[in-house]
Amino acid sequence: MGAKQENGDPEDILPPLEQELSHELDMKVKKYLRGEGADLEVLKDKKLKGQLYTRENLYGTSAKTAAKTEKWLLPSAGGYLEAEGIEKTWRIKQDTIGREVDISSAKNQYDIVLPDFGPYTLDFTSSGRYMAAAGRKGHLAVVDMKNMSLIKEIQACVLVRETVRDVVFLHNEMFFAAAQKKYPYIYNRDGVELHCLKEHGAVTRLQFLKNHFLLASINKYGQLRYQDVTMGEMIGNFRTGLGRTDVMQANPFNGVVALGHSGGTVSMWKPTSAVPLVKMLCHPGPITAMAFHPDGHLMATSGKERKIKIWDVRKFEVLQTIRGHAKTLDFSQKGLLAAGTGSFVQIFGDFSGSRNYSRYMGHSIVKGYQIRKVAFRPYEDVLGIGHSMGWSSILIPGSGEPNFDTWLANPFETTKQRREKEIHSLLDKLPPETIMLDPSKIGTVKSAKKKEKPTKKEMEADLETAVEAAKGTAIKKKTKGRNKPSKIAVKKKEIVERAKKPFLDQQMVEEEKVAKKKRKIGEEIALPTALQRFSRKKATA
Amino acid sequence: MKVKVISRSTDEFTRERSQDLQRVFHNFDPNLRTQEKAVEYQRALNAAKLDKIFARPFIGAMDGHIDAISSMAKNPNYLKGIFSGSMDGDIRLWDIANRRTVCRFPGHHGAVRGLTASTDGSTLVSCGTDCTVRLWNVPVATIMESDNLSDCSSEPRAVYMGENAFWAVDHQWNGDLFATAGAQVDIWNHNRSQPVNSFKWGTDSVISVRFNPGEPNLLVTSARSKQLSKCVNYYEYNILNPCEPTWNFKMETGSANDRSIILYDLRVSSPARKLIMRTKTNSISWNPMEPMNFTAANEDCNCYSYDARKLDEAKCVHKDHVSAVMDIDFSPTGREFVTGSYDRTVRIFQYNGGHSREIYHTKRMQRVFCVKFSCDASYVISGSDDTNLRLWKAKASEQLGVLLPREQKRHEYNEALKNRYKHLPEVKRIVRHRHLPRPIYKAGVLRRVMIESERRKDQRRKAHSALGTIVTEPMRKRRIIKEVD
Repeated sequence: MGAKQENGDPEDILPPLEQELSHELDMKVKKYLRGEGADLEVLKDKKLKGQLYTRENLYGTSAKTAAKTEKWLLPSAGGYLEAEGIEKTWRIKQDTIGREVDISSAKNQYDIVLPDFGPYTLDFTSSGRYMAAAGRKGHLAVVDMKNMSLIKEIQACVLVRETVRDVVFLHNEMFFAAAQKKYPYIYNRDGVELHCLKEHGAVTRLQFLKNHFLLASINKYGQLRYQDVTMGEMIGNFRTGLGRTDVMQANPFNGVVALGHSGGTVSMWKPTSAVPLVKMLCHPGPITAMAFHPDGHLMATSGKERKIKIWDVRKFEVLQTIRGHAKTLDFSQKGLLAAGTGSFVQIFGDFSGSRNYSRYMGHSIVKGYQIRKVAFRPYEDVLGIGHSMGWSSILIPGSGEPNFDTWLANPFETTKQRREKEIHSLLDKLPPETIMLDPSKIGTVKSAKKKEKPTKKEMEADLETAVEAAKGTAIKKKTKGRNKPSKIAVKKKEIVERAKKPFLDQQMVEEEKVAKKKRKIGEEIALPTALQRFSRKKATA
Repeated sequence: MKVKVISRSTDEFTRERSQDLQRVFHNFDPNLRTQEKAVEYQRALNAAKLDKIFARPFIGAMDGHIDAISSMAKNPNYLKGIFSGSMDGDIRLWDIANRRTVCRFPGHHGAVRGLTASTDGSTLVSCGTDCTVRLWNVPVATIMESDNLSDCSSEPRAVYMGENAFWAVDHQWNGDLFATAGAQVDIWNHNRSQPVNSFKWGTDSVISVRFNPGEPNLLVTSARSKQLSKCVNYYEYNILNPCEPTWNFKMETGSANDRSIILYDLRVSSPARKLIMRTKTNSISWNPMEPMNFTAANEDCNCYSYDARKLDEAKCVHKDHVSAVMDIDFSPTGREFVTGSYDRTVRIFQYNGGHSREIYHTKRMQRVFCVKFSCDASYVISGSDDTNLRLWKAKASEQLGVLLPREQKRHEYNEALKNRYKHLPEVKRIVRHRHLPRPIYKAGVLRRVMIESERRKDQRRKAHSALGTIVTEPMRKRRIIKEVD
């Protein structure tokens, strides 16, 4: 039976191994194509069609090349952990893994015991080379993870006796920000205090948006602030009005900052609007932790009611609910989800490829240690755990991206490369307006629709921003008698009213229009039934 | 249990010796590049802005003539050389690289109207209002290389007398014929003191002539009626209101229809075809890459690209100048051409673009009478009323000098970015913006207003007349009166 007698489809003639390879390649090409191509069939313009056709071809070949490069040319392969026989991956202990892997990797399993300065929080640079650790009772440290050397250690406790609530690296390891008792501070690598960001107040959580050079903070009073760290300009200052929270996470995909509130809602913010983009009720009780998948399409939240939920952020619907409590959550580069509570860390993995997370690994640290923060180390199969007695590091095979890109995040970066990268990233700094729920809209032309009326929601948002701006206006100091608190209050009220007026006027005009329309329609209906068939047909929209 | 974790040895990922290059690795995974589209857009915006910052097209002025520059010729065999002739009869050979006169050719008594060099670059032909055609030996390139600043001057190889003043001259490509234009079109040989052939069609005087680069025996001329020569003077008074002539000429078209473009074939004894337009064509240039197409610089502020085989409508109308276009020259790539205008600006158009890509002007540059693209397509030379030749870059923000491969790549990347995002309003705005001198800006606005009002009037006239009685002609046909075979 030759190949001829079978049907002519080349797919069937290929041996099974090659079939599998081509299928794998197709999947990869799909990833690099970044979505569907333009539909050329509907175009009438021949010239444009030709131009787009060549362009699409170009995209196709480049995607194919990238897929082949990924398949054959990348220097390292990803980690994995496979159970054999009746073994279960989640029963495999760290000691067993440590015995199986090479020495240099086994070095990544350690516990640092620092009992004095209380629960630790961690942050890694984007290359995974450096780690900042902050002890609640006032201990800041920057560690070079490659050769395990302490670069700088500050004991804020000894110096200023302050609590440190959060720490975050800015664009590279040279600077980091720490949220201390009263204000957040920016330090450089040598531990020199560069700035005290007094405007932010007593900050509970900090996030740094790398592409925008924005430092986002949420303070004790539920105020969200964005500050541009290049020029020092305050970009946004919003009252969330939803109370104190210490759950904040930026979505790396679009730069939107999400806050988890005690009422069980998650609100998503951008720096150019005073009202949240999205408010979703995720849990019946307070939200304890939140994390975003690196591709930006998944969000994990955990609530006090002992549930972890995985959400599709594009559709705002829950995909999966996992029973279990988590005080801290983190997604790895390859999409593993770590959940830490008490002295136990659980790792979930999506192995079916259908966004269905199942148990992958577990690890318990010494009983009595309370986990404060889990963070995957980028480009390594390592999970850092900050807890009440210092920090630990464990191996999670298959969590990190095995291949780094020198131009994006280089764990072996030299000083010169770091400097050059800093300049380039400053040149590519995005304006705050580029933060939006769907960033694929950037760089597209708005279709020439009829003049868009602002929706009610947008109008309300505008109104709120105007009121907010009006409230912020400084009132001049007047002479004696005119500077009374009562007078100032009246004046402030007046300013706010004035700011509101144009919006209210517009609203009234629109309402009147609607009322008029209704009246008109009502009149038409009021015609006697015998005459109704002569009335003018309503124009179809 | 099978287990593997990522483990990188430092030796594999760093260089061995300090003399080595740093090792670089790529991973094209889209998930690692967050907000890549926004970043790319930002880069495109920066590229557009950088382009504006580096847009310094003016390289230098070459002064030396003591009267307005009336004509220029490229040396096809020598990149650095350009000939210029002025209204007082002075002809100079310039070294563009050093911006100095290399050689002078004295002899003409009146204005030098036409200059051209033979294809091998050894012979220069000039003609002028003193009714003479002069042939000159061009000094060899070594003289230009030498550093002695004393100008050499040369004697004409031959002087041929004509009956009337000459207005233009052009040399055949790869041959030893040249054509002069005046009262009639004369075809000359290098070695004969009398024209070998003469053509005349009607009573017009011919003002420009150009041989076809592809077909050596084909030439195109533009002519104007002798009776209308006063209209040329009319321009002198009307520069402050440059739009006016367009409409004035329109009224006269019925009586004198001799503003023609004529195609000649030297192999037959009579002219081949004639196209009559409403306004005079000042200069013509063939597209060197598509030699069936030529572009005519017209008195009505526009340039018209024609297909020589199909003269009943223009292929493209190039608008933007606000006064008569005086001279035109194609880039050797055939993708763009440069025009010089009476409105004191030089513009660069795409060969198929309706509007200009670039406008060059300086405070001191007066009416531009002649322009040339350099033979490597990277410079533009303009000669103007203020006795200066000016050297411009063809791409305003191009980096001169030898480029490192990295620089080259960066320029290409920026170009591609700009091209990709050129339709977005912000990028488009930055790329399109040009600062214009106030008179030119105002004249442009006025011109647009007038054209718009004319269009509106036509529309209304059409709306108020019976269906089909008024037919609006497209702009490509509107300025053509008729085509004669």
